[in-house]
Order: sequence, then C-alpha cells, then structure tokens
Amino acid sequence: MRRILLFSVVLVSGLLFTGRLFYLQILNTSYAGLSENNAIKRTFDYPQRGHIYDRDGELLVSNQPSYDVMVIPREVEPFDTLELCQMLKMTKDALVTRLEKARVYSPRLPSIVIPQLTKSEYAYLQEKMRKYEGFYIQKRSLRDYQIDFGANFLGYIAEVNHSDIEANPYYQSGDLKGRTGVEKQYEEVLRGVKGVKYIQKDRFNRDIGPYKNGSLDTLPQPGKDITLTVDAALQRYGEELMINKRGGIIAIEPATGEILALVSAPNYDPALLVGRERSKNFTRLWYDTISKPLFDRGLQGEYPPGSPFKTLNALIALQEGVVNTQESFSCYGGYSYGRGRKLGCHHHPSPLSMIPGIANSCNAYFANVYRRVIEKYDTPQEGMDVWNNHLASFGLGDFMGTDLPIGRPGFIPEGKFYNRMYKYPEYKWYSTATISNSIGQGEVITTPIQLANVTAAIANRGWYYTPHIIKSIEGDEKQIPEEYRTKNITTIDPANFEPVVQGMNDVYNYGTASAVRIPDIEICGKTGTAENYTKINGEREQLTDHSIFVAFAPKDNPQIAIAVFVENGYWGSRYAGKIASLMIEKHIKGEITRTDLEDWVLTHSLEEEYAKPLSGEPFYINDGKKLSGVPEKPKL
Amino acid sequence: MAINTRNRGTFDWLIILLYLALVGIGWVNIVSASIDPTETYDFLDMGNLYAKQLLFIGLSIVLIVFILSLEAKFFERFASIIYVVSILSLLGLFVFGKTISGATSWYGFGSFGLQPSEFAKAATALALAKYLSDIQTDVKSFVHQLRAFVIIALPAICIIPQPDPGSALVYAAFFFPLYREGLSGIYLIIGSVVVGLFILTLAFGHYYVIAGILAIAVFLLIMNRKKRFGKRLYYILPIVAMLFVFSVDYIFQNVFEQRHRDRFNVVLGKDVDMKSIGYNTYQSEIAIGNGGLFGKGFLKGTQTKGDFVPEQQTDYIFSTVGEEWGFVGSTLVIFLFVGLMLRIIMLAERQKSQFSRIYGYSLAGILFIHFLVNIGMVTGVLPTVGIPLPFFSYGGSSLWGFTILLFIFVKLDSNRVNDW
Repeated sequence: MRRILLFSVVLVSGLLFTGRLFYLQILNTSYAGLSENNAIKRTFDYPQRGHIYDRDGELLVSNQPSYDVMVIPREVEPFDTLELCQMLKMTKDALVTRLEKARVYSPRLPSIVIPQLTKSEYAYLQEKMRKYEGFYIQKRSLRDYQIDFGANFLGYIAEVNHSDIEANPYYQSGDLKGRTGVEKQYEEVLRGVKGVKYIQKDRFNRDIGPYKNGSLDTLPQPGKDITLTVDAALQRYGEELMINKRGGIIAIEPATGEILALVSAPNYDPALLVGRERSKNFTRLWYDTISKPLFDRGLQGEYPPGSPFKTLNALIALQEGVVNTQESFSCYGGYSYGRGRKLGCHHHPSPLSMIPGIANSCNAYFANVYRRVIEKYDTPQEGMDVWNNHLASFGLGDFMGTDLPIGRPGFIPEGKFYNRMYKYPEYKWYSTATISNSIGQGEVITTPIQLANVTAAIANRGWYYTPHIIKSIEGDEKQIPEEYRTKNITTIDPANFEPVVQGMNDVYNYGTASAVRIPDIEICGKTGTAENYTKINGEREQLTDHSIFVAFAPKDNPQIAIAVFVENGYWGSRYAGKIASLMIEKHIKGEITRTDLEDWVLTHSLEEEYAKPLSGEPFYINDGKKLSGVPEKPKL
Repeated sequence: MAINTRNRGTFDWLIILLYLALVGIGWVNIVSASIDPTETYDFLDMGNLYAKQLLFIGLSIVLIVFILSLEAKFFERFASIIYVVSILSLLGLFVFGKTISGATSWYGFGSFGLQPSEFAKAATALALAKYLSDIQTDVKSFVHQLRAFVIIALPAICIIPQPDPGSALVYAAFFFPLYREGLSGIYLIIGSVVVGLFILTLAFGHYYVIAGILAIAVFLLIMNRKKRFGKRLYYILPIVAMLFVFSVDYIFQNVFEQRHRDRFNVVLGKDVDMKSIGYNTYQSEIAIGNGGLFGKGFLKGTQTKGDFVPEQQTDYIFSTVGEEWGFVGSTLVIFLFVGLMLRIIMLAERQKSQFSRIYGYSLAGILFIHFLVNIGMVTGVLPTVGIPLPFFSYGGSSLWGFTILLFIFVKLDSNRVNDW
C-alpha cells in the first residue's frame, strides 16, 4: 500500500485528464465553433449585381453604389450619442431602439442602422465613422433603372427578412435579394456570390491579420448579365397605350415563345422601389386597392376568355371529326337549348359555316359544335374529359411554367367537376348544362398570358414554346433552362388549323374587327367581350364588359401573337382590338400608319368608367344601355 | 551487469530524455503563445519571451552539468545549510523583494527576476530527506512527526504572505514521502474524508451531505451491532463529520474571499458569468476544445493567436498544446509527465539509501501536485490556482528550480551502488 499510493494516484490522474481531454476535444464539438466566433471575424465583399438588357441589347437595369451604416452591437463602445444622432440625422430614441433591435437580432453579427445613404451623405460620414467603435459603413450596389417602365416583370430587390435568412444561410441581415419578377426568378444568376474574408482578432477585438493567411477567403463572383426577350420599344409603346386604362397586353414571338411585351396597367416607375423611399412607395402601391398597380393583370388576372375561346372549340370539333368546314348552322338570334333557355347572339347573316362563324363570332354555331363534341361520347363526363384534354395541350387550366415567379392556373372544367357541381349521380347532367363553355363563358377561366400562348399555338398551327422572358445569360442562349427550348405539341393536327386561321383572318377582312385593319399586314384575330360583375353593398352588380382581343400576324410565318385585355372597355374591337392592331404594326413595321387609331387610344380614358361603381350612385353600363348599381332602397 | 553496477557515472537516461522532451515541447508552445503574429522570429532579441526562455534552457544545461559533477554525498551533507539559506532567501523577500503583479516573490536583477520559492522546494526536499533518514528519527513518533511538519511548513508559511498560496499548496506534496516512510494511514483517511466532505458540501449543500453521513452511520451501527468494543466511535465520528460540514459552509461563506468562492463555483458548474469570473477557465476550455483530434497546427490556433487565454505562456501553457496539437498532442504531454513521475517513483523504490528514496518521493510528489493542479485548472476540473506546469511554463526560476530538483535525484540515483 505504501509503495503504490503515489504510483496509483499519478496513473489515475493521468487517465482522468486523458478522459477530460477526450471530452473537451473529441466529444464536445460546441467549443470548436465558439472559438471561431470568438477569434474570427467575417467580412463580405459584395459583387456587382448583373445588368439586365432587352432583346436588342438596350440596357434596362444597371447599378448605383449605395452605403449602409452598419453596427456590430458587441463591439460598440460608449460614444457621444448626441453627435452621432446629429450626423445620422436621427433622434436619440430612434437610435437607441435601432441598436437594441440589432442587439436582439445578434450581438455578433452586423445589422443595419441606416440603409442606403446617398453618395454625398456617405462622403460626409466616411471620415467620422471611424471613431465610433462597432459602427462602419458597408458599400452595396443598388439598382439603377435606365427606363421608367417594365416594373411589373423586372421586379425589385429589397433587404432580406428574417425568414429569408433562416431559409438560406447565404443571406445575412442587410443583404439585398430579388423580391419579384426577373430579379426574383434569376436572383442567383444576377447576384453572383459574395466574397468572404476571415480576419483573426485578438482579445481586444483588434484585427491582427488574415486568418490562416487568407487561405479560406473567397473572391466575390460577379453577377451575370442577362438579356430579356422583351422589346423595350414595344413594351414602352404598350404601356403608353394603356395609360388611363386597366388591363394587360402580352405579346409573344410564336416561333420561339419569347415574350416581346408584358404590359400591366396601371404601371409604376421601377425606380420608386429603390433607395430609402422604397418602403414608403411600396406601402403606397400596396395599399392602392382600387387600381392595384402591383397586381400583374397579364399574369395574375383570371377572366372568362369570351369569344377568343371559340377558336379552340372549332379546333376541337374538327379534330374530333364532329363537323366539317362546309356544314352550316342556323342562328335564330341565339341558340335555344330547351325549356325556354337561350344563349343569345348578335345580329349577323345566317346560317353560317365555320369560317364565317368565327369571323362573325356566332354563338349559335359554337353551341352546336360544342354539343356535338361532348355528345360524341357515351356519357357527358367522358366528353368533357376529352374536351379538357385537348385544351390542356394548349397549356390551359394549369400554371404556364413561365420564368416569371407569379402566375395563375386559370380553370378548365372536366367531367368530375360537373359531377360535383350537379351532385351526380343523384342528379344527371348533360352537355347543355355546360353550354356556356362553347363561347368562353361559364366555368372556363384563363389568364391573358394563356390566351396569348393559345394564339401563338394557333399561329404555329399546332405547337408552342412555353412563354419565357429570358433570352440569354451572359450572351449565351444555351444557358437558359431546357424547358424553354423544348416544343410543346398540341393534340390538334396541323391541317385542322387552316380553316380556323382563315376564320380569324376574316375577322379582320369583314368580321368584328374590320375597323381596325392595318394596311399591308395580314392579321388574324378574334374579338372578345366578357360580361363581369362586382359586389356593391353586398349586391351582385354588372359592370361594363371587358374588352378582349387576341391576334397574330402576319398570317403566314407569324412574328407576333398578342392578347390584349382592357377592363370595362366594352366590346372587343373597341379598345383591345385597336391596341392589338397598333402593337402589331409597331412590332412589324416599327412605325404607326393608323395614326387615327393611335390618337383615339391615347386620348380615351376609362377612368370615368372605373369611378362609377365607387360613386355610390346608380350608373349606366355598356354605353348607357343598362342601369346598374341601384343602391338599397331606403328603409321606411 | 557487474560492470554496470560498478560504474558510478551511469545516469538514468530515460529521465533525462523525458526531461528534454518536456522542455523542448514546452518551448515550442511558448513560441506559439508569445509570438506576435505580425512579426518574424528573432531568437536573439531578449524582448521576446521565447528567446529569453531559450536562454533559460541553455543555462539549465549548465546547471545540470554542475549538479552532476558534484559528489552525491554533498547534497546529504549540506542539506541543512541549503535549507537554512533557502529559508533566509524567502525571509529576505520581505525586505528586498520586488513586487510583480501583486506578489512580492522576486529578487530583481535588471530585467530578470529570481523567485526563491521555486528553489525552496528542492531545499525542503533535501532537509526532509536528511531528517527522516537520520537513524534516530522515528516517523511513527508524534514528536518526530511534528518536527518533520515544521521543516515542511516553515517555507510554506514564508511563501503564503507573499502572497502566493498556490506555491505554498505544493508543500502538501511532502505527505507522499512521509507516508511512504511509515506515517500512519489514519492521516490519509482523515485527509481524504476532509477533502471529500468539503467538495461534496460545496457541490450539493450541507443538508444532503449530513443526510448522507447519518445514513452511513446508521448502516454501520446496524452492521456492527454485535460488536462489544469501540462502539463509541460510531457515535463520535458522524458528529465530528457533521460539525465539519457545518463549518465548511461557514468557512466558505465567511473566511474565503469572493474570488476564491468564484473559482470553486466555476469548477462546480454553478451559475457564474463566463465573461468575467470564469473567463480564464472558459477561454482555456474553448482553446483546448478547438484543437479537436489533431489540433490546428503550430502557430495556427485562433485562441492562442488572438491572445484570448490570459497567462497563456506561463500557467495556461497547456491550453496552447490543446489547441495547436489537439487530443493527440495533449495526451502525449500527459503521458510524458505520467511516464516521468512513474519512472521517478520506480527509481526511488530501488534506492538503497533512505535519503535518496525520500528525496525521490518528494520530487515525484511535488511534480504530481504541480501536474494535477495545473492541468486540472487548465482543463476546468479544478479551481484556478496559479502554479506553473513543470518544465513547460515560461519562467527561468521555475525551470531552474525543477531542473535542480530533478537532477539532484538523477545524481543520487547514479550513485546508489555506493550507498551502503
């Protein structure tokens, strides 16, 4: 015992220390990170965000330098609060609140005190910030818009919020990130990758040189420039035409699926959402619930397509072989489908075959062929499903898959939908119950971009590329996603398109759009007029019809397919048709010969129409033809 | 074998190799802990700690040669004189001492300082060895125990008011040679119980400890109820233990200063502010933990570079080992120390002269207390007590003190064949 006491305590303590070291160095990994935080500071080098060009190489969006005053709360030493407040032009309370917020976010990580100083403010502060420990100025780049239009698809960038930081560790408080539009969709392409520098600090928090001699540091990777498919001149012209109107214009190059113009009205200047006024301006736009400038009507607006949808019913009928181009149907001022119910029609010659049927937009003709399609099959459910399948091949009833981060699926009913609606099998339903679908009303819902795409598919006689807005990345067209370089084939044989195309051409030649013809350009189009309703004081009230127009041109080898939608613009050729013709002429000729049309569009405003339902008074719609918005009778 | 036993010049090369390894590794880590990352090496500029330490190491070699060239009998013969000189040098500090960071422990010679308490350990070891090995000394006699205790306590009493309680604590190491030479085991038991009760009381509070003592006492009484004699002890001992537990609470709260209480609380994992009170221990644990399996590599430790661990080149030098050389490097150092101590104990056991054996045990005990308290502090298992890690920590006095202590034993060991 006496001989082994010291021997054994030495041995045991050696083993205990080995165990302790094993715990500290191998088992417990929490200390490893702590030391990094303790002794290593990370600083970031922000790369230039990529520029955005239009299809002709016109610069749309570039960058301007901006300077943020940042703070690392842990490093703040007691300072002259009053002087700093004066320099930063903020009250003491605001500064204290800001610092407290920063401390709660993280004592160790930088937070913004004042974002986005101008160059002159920066010049003034630059010299003085040095004496405030823990404060520094971080240079970033902000967007510099070369144009005052296109805000809806360009999108904007804004400071990341808490959930962005949690979702993606790349981002740090104060970083900027694309929020909507192209900026959001191509965020990773445009932003590049920020560079990181690791700096070894000592216990007084002084920099004592690069950590590991800078071997872990990374250089910033500059953002890539992107070229959009948008034609800036056409876009600008489209936005001008839509002044004082609400709605959307979507122009697509049929051969490529490239979006030439994507207009949503009312619009706003993209520069509003840059700089320190950003949040104020954004709030103003966001809370404008009457004209909804942030609502992209071309992508998000879901409306009944109206008459342009008839072209699709004609195509389906031909494909299903239920009608040929010669067969005529009579129109008795509409189509009666039993028990006194009637689908009304306007005045035109009768009976009509397919081509004049399209040109005159005869409701009765399409009601007949639609019934034949549905009734070709044993049950209406089966017929509806076949019909739905044809429409789905045109990209209807589902999200388009465009490279814009917003969109709506629209709706195309199928058999199951009506089973639910009419409580099948308790009650039976037949094709007539869905007859409104024949003229693009009823349950059918589309977005303007879907209509533009359908028009492009008709122009191509049976195929289309998914509409997209990216043309090339760093000038390389191969870098754009594969899906925009893959053809989508519709279920309709190319031969069946010819009579429909001819019918759409005749819309211009002698039909509903003959007044908006453009000399020397063979345009194929289709007017649409969609009834719409709103709620005033809880009552469903009708408003003036929406004006809709789809067109492509030239008839052979088409260069542009377009869908125009003007809210409450009344009949199709009144607003939408004129605008579509002008856009087509602008794109194909580069100049306007129908200056009478242009003058009319530029001088006409629909603001008066939009004010009607808000007036609180009864009002006439559709040019005084009908009284609407009768207020509740006063209670006696 | 025959040739070997007759060769009086045979030194134990294993000890010498272990010594050189520890001093060498220690110096490498002093370089890392003291170098300014922005500067280049300069081993000749005496403004740099690592350059100074290199000089101290060089002078140690001179000391070693000197000690090994002396007659082995010299140490036994002059033990008393060396001891008296050493005590005088400690007392002299009260008059001529130089105060560095609050402790008057140095004699100043220009920019160098000499710390006599580092040499007093060797002197006390010699004196104790001499007294106990005296043919007339009986370690079982209480009077002789008391005299031995005075020899040990005198330097400790001189050191405490410097103040340097850490260095004084080291004199507890002399329990090991005393016990080896026949000191009653009761001291060991009493010592262990006292320390055990002290720690348990601080960790769990006195209610639980008293409950535990009562439970054990009742259990023992029942087990031994048929015993006729000595039953009184079963009543007296628990009462003494309980009184002690109460007094621990009192001593801790009223006799200790707040900084001492804090040091215990840090180790016991009680709620303390790691940014101020627990800072040393916390930063040291971070540094060691940061090392991982293989360490960050020489001069790559972020904690070391950033100078986050206070006193890193002296008392906290082991945290540099931990950070830069990892688990592999730090366990190697542990093994070297354990190996050195075990080798010393083995050699002490084979000494034929009692003087040499007692001296060897004193040496091993002193090394062990330093090793235990220092590594325990740096790894956060024992309270902060500022004593250096032998051969490792920066400082000339400490290095020379341990060198002398060790090589006297090497010399004694080499001479064992002549001790009859």
